[in-house]
Amino acid sequence: MSSSPPTIGVLALQGDVREHLVALAEADALARPVRRPEELAEVDGLVLPGGESTTISKLATLFGVMEPLRDRIRNGLPVYGTCAGMIMLADKILDGRDDQDTFGGIDMIVRRNAFGRQNESFETAVEVEGVEGGPVQGVFIRAPWVESTGSGVATLARLDDGTVVAVRQGNLLATSFHPELTGDHRVHRYFVDMVRAAG
Amino acid sequence: MSTTLPSTPESPETGTARVKRGMAEQLKGGVIMDVVTPEQAKIAEDAGAVAVMALERVPADIRKDGGVARMSDPDMIEGIIDAVSIPVMAKSRIGHFVEAQVLQSLGVDYIDESEVLTPADEVNHSDKWSFTTPFVCGATNLGEALRRIAEGAAMIRSKGEAGTGNVVEAVRHLRQIKNEIARLRGYDNHELYAAAKELRAPYELVKEVAELGKLPVVLFSAGGVATPADAALMRQLGAEGVFVGSGIFKSGDPAKRAAAIVKATTFYDDPKIIADASRNLGEAMVGINCDTLPEAERYANRGW
Repeated sequence: MSSSPPTIGVLALQGDVREHLVALAEADALARPVRRPEELAEVDGLVLPGGESTTISKLATLFGVMEPLRDRIRNGLPVYGTCAGMIMLADKILDGRDDQDTFGGIDMIVRRNAFGRQNESFETAVEVEGVEGGPVQGVFIRAPWVESTGSGVATLARLDDGTVVAVRQGNLLATSFHPELTGDHRVHRYFVDMVRAAG
Repeated sequence: MSTTLPSTPESPETGTARVKRGMAEQLKGGVIMDVVTPEQAKIAEDAGAVAVMALERVPADIRKDGGVARMSDPDMIEGIIDAVSIPVMAKSRIGHFVEAQVLQSLGVDYIDESEVLTPADEVNHSDKWSFTTPFVCGATNLGEALRRIAEGAAMIRSKGEAGTGNVVEAVRHLRQIKNEIARLRGYDNHELYAAAKELRAPYELVKEVAELGKLPVVLFSAGGVATPADAALMRQLGAEGVFVGSGIFKSGDPAKRAAAIVKATTFYDDPKIIADASRNLGEAMVGINCDTLPEAERYANRGW
């Protein structure tokens, strides 16, 4: 194992930032919140938390994070998005607002709030390829799903009905669900390993 | 995560404590805005609100009009649900579990069992565990917050004094909750039993708060936020997000003020950004001096 832990940011414009900071620290990364372009420049990897994607998109544009992060993604920055974060990593989204921008990077179409409203939010066991030790508990909250993917995108997890809920393309990872809410940090460890391998 | 959560299910399950509390976690760092029409809901969404609270009249108008304040017309709530893509909350009266059942059937994303409406039961709050839809409830102190959580609330907001445009009660209630949590942190195991008795809250929840140093659910602030600086103040005092009621749509330029409060809530610790957000917002809502409010008109006294 590498001696110095990687520095991984959590985009802290809005959402469940605290839970990701805790999970990353438990997975042996130096975790810190990122709200400004200069803070973005200092991290080896970034988590896009769950939250309200329309709010995060708007604030990212207003406060000058949108273009710098797109640049870093193009240059290979490892990024992991959960729920709203998955939406923000999609090249194309459905059921978003007309003016809703994403950072993009993963060649996929993601449908926002695809499973329905809060009353349809659920949790279930999900087997994730590359994550050892049995299924993780998938917590789906007004969650998006992956409608289709390009040829460079690997599907890492599906529900029993075949719905795609976790994908990876190069250094970019996205899940419809929230491992940060479970206390099980295996998916975060998987991402920390991606960041180490990229560094 | 919280130690009181039931064990995790293997097959898909809706309405679990984790799914309910987790929904509130997604709202953190955000602003939830009171709206009374689909048009206002769109303005709120455009401004960057993380959710809207659908109600018939904003609290300032409930104060002015008097009479019994009830759950909103289902048509109005559905109109707002159709108008926006962000989560929609709605209010039921305290203890009026049938209003809550109706709101659940309409598909709202959160139910606020709210002191802003006229209480339907002066002894009992609704049993919130029996619903799939999660609940947020108001509290003026830690004991009240924990009693609501014991009844199944998945999110707490400090009450403040809604419809006044005066942040003083919001500050009082949030400070009270934070101070009581800090005091619990210093107690040893022997003292926690007496603390639970004093707080009139279940021992297990008191112990959990003492260990976590925070509530086991998300804590927002409400009741009196009217400016970007008010929102940032509540965040610096420890609120994880803010509800803004009358403060936006009773002001001179709602769209601009709403966007400004969103910015100040995210950059609550950056006075330069708060200053920029505070420029040229037009008239703030007039506001009421809370000292002159008669006891009967203090909504925070409703609920127990």
